[in-house]
Amino acid sequence: MPTLQEIALKTSGADARIVSGHRMCSGCGIGSIIKTVLAASDKPVIVISATGCLEVVTTIYPFTAWNTPWMHVTFENAASVAAGVEAAYKALKRRGKIEGDVNILAVAGDGGTYDIGFQALSGALERRHKFMYLAYDNEGYMNTGNQRSGATPFGASTTTVPAGKISLGKPQWRKNLVEIVAAHRIPYVAQAAVNNTIDLYKKAQKGFNADGPAVLVVLQPCTSNWSFDSSLTIQYSKLAIETNFWPLYEIENGVVHVNTKPSNRKPIEDFLKGQSRFRHLFKPGNEHVIVEMQKMIDDEWARLLKLEESGIQL
Amino acid sequence: MGVRKAITGAQAAAEAMRQINPDVVVAYPITPQTPIVEEFAKYVADGVVDTEMVPVESEHSAMSAAVGAETAGARAMSATSSQGLALMWEVVAATPGLRLPIVVSLVNRALSAPINIHCDHSDVMGVTTVGWVQIFSENAQEVYENTLLAVRVAEDSRVQLPVMVNQDGFITSHAVEPVEIFDDALVEKFVGVRSLDRALLDVEHAKSVGPLVLPDHYFEFKRAQEEAMSKVFEVYREVGTELSAITGKQYPFFETYHTDDAEAVVVVLNSAAGTAKAAVDAMRAQGKRVGLLKPILFRPFPYAEIREALKDIPVIGVLDRSMDFGACAPVYSEFRNALWALGKRPAMQSYIYGLGGRDIMTTEIEAVFEELLSGKLDAEHQRYIGLRG
Repeated sequence: MPTLQEIALKTSGADARIVSGHRMCSGCGIGSIIKTVLAASDKPVIVISATGCLEVVTTIYPFTAWNTPWMHVTFENAASVAAGVEAAYKALKRRGKIEGDVNILAVAGDGGTYDIGFQALSGALERRHKFMYLAYDNEGYMNTGNQRSGATPFGASTTTVPAGKISLGKPQWRKNLVEIVAAHRIPYVAQAAVNNTIDLYKKAQKGFNADGPAVLVVLQPCTSNWSFDSSLTIQYSKLAIETNFWPLYEIENGVVHVNTKPSNRKPIEDFLKGQSRFRHLFKPGNEHVIVEMQKMIDDEWARLLKLEESGIQL
Repeated sequence: MGVRKAITGAQAAAEAMRQINPDVVVAYPITPQTPIVEEFAKYVADGVVDTEMVPVESEHSAMSAAVGAETAGARAMSATSSQGLALMWEVVAATPGLRLPIVVSLVNRALSAPINIHCDHSDVMGVTTVGWVQIFSENAQEVYENTLLAVRVAEDSRVQLPVMVNQDGFITSHAVEPVEIFDDALVEKFVGVRSLDRALLDVEHAKSVGPLVLPDHYFEFKRAQEEAMSKVFEVYREVGTELSAITGKQYPFFETYHTDDAEAVVVVLNSAAGTAKAAVDAMRAQGKRVGLLKPILFRPFPYAEIREALKDIPVIGVLDRSMDFGACAPVYSEFRNALWALGKRPAMQSYIYGLGGRDIMTTEIEAVFEELLSGKLDAEHQRYIGLRG
């Protein structure tokens, strides 16, 4: 396993698959996520981006930050486009028109994954195309200014479900994408976060090397729309793990493994504090929302540990 | 000479696809297109072709996977109808902008609502503005030949645009006709192999396809797309000449039938043109000078050639199998545009027929000719053929 320094070297220089000059927001972690994932491939990588932050900031014509074959079509179809690329790869290889191996990586935000791209993802997983799907999850439509998605957590205020005089923000919990993906019985699915590069790198390697489709769901705190100082992205990602809000775990051939178990789980307030989307929860009279959120997190965590302990193959 | 087979229009499309043996075929079933992908799936299952077939979970994914495959460097094909085309519309619109020469077999079917599985042209007429080359086919034989032609027109370096090959749902797709299938080896040589010049799988030459393009460049992309579309005419002629060497047939932009001395001409697409030919024959037998113009290449639209062909015709009736609610019907609209530049314009009448698969009879087309010849026209209103009172 390479050290952080070795990973850093792989993500920079002339051979880097994505280079500087993109237009990511100051403090955005998507760059770190994509660089780390791309560095984990020992073969050339073909990247298919859904419409979203990453696509917008890396390609404004006539410029591109991609030093690897890259394409984008629409918002909801990264997985089906990747399926087509994989089919072409198989056909052209079989017919002797191309040589060498490639990895195929589809990338989308949570909107393009949990919501509008969900059907395409499910179809591609069910057909077992050999590709990896990377969702960078900033818990809403952040590219367009914080609208609610299926990944937005309970209690968060978004522009489409804002907190107000009679609203406490999003009334539903987010869907569990990792378990939904695991239900497709694919060889590898994992949850990672931007703050833990080594963990992400390992998971990306496993995903690329899996015998079939693989999915990575990576937390990416959004400095612009969660509204925290751009120096705190990694800090918020770390807090998400330390509070068990975002457990790091993987499901390899159906077997659950929790990668990090905080010895002293921090209260969820530590993660919520300082984020504009949760500000309303700290108003007098709204304490019950945080209590409810804490219970949900603790219940989910207990459930996850039970799953792991049981050894049941999902 | 080829081999004559008794097959349907759907099978004719599948026969062409068998001979093309595309790298990738993406399939999702929808009536009345389904027999095309079913037939092709059998070829795959029996090893008759070595195509990679992707049976996707929706038409949106069908077009998306075709786009992925084609961008990667494959020759990709698909087929759909009506609701399927509507669902894939977003990606259909993106395809010509990405300059991907995908060929799609479109089996024309009425759009919901009300839901209806039978033929009309409301599906294709909803996509004529987004930049696909549109070719129409009167019968199974034309479906077969147009599909072969389409691959070469689409992939020509001057064009690089997607093509839809249209045929009438059920009327053509499910009716058995004798179809002459030409020699496999000759067709294989004619369709050739797609160049990998622009392939994403050419990993040594990394390229970014489908970037965000802002107001400073978007307009130029679209202008370039129009330029490519304008090249279709010459490419279509050249490719048609090459195909003629195999088939012995001509590939004009449109077919004229007894128009030279005609006093009245009917314009109609696809299978109804066959019906109209019978009506023309019946009228001619009575000494009435009538004719037919059947458009084949509908996008790009050959305005100048149409104008030249119809410049001396006193009266023209255009039959549309779809409506543009609150506006002129789509085929009528194009013919009016084409003829506008004439010093002496013909009288014109717009007719709507056959929506949702309602049959059109030779007697009804004869009645249209009688009406055209009588001069009792209403330029301000479209008329309806075979509508219940």
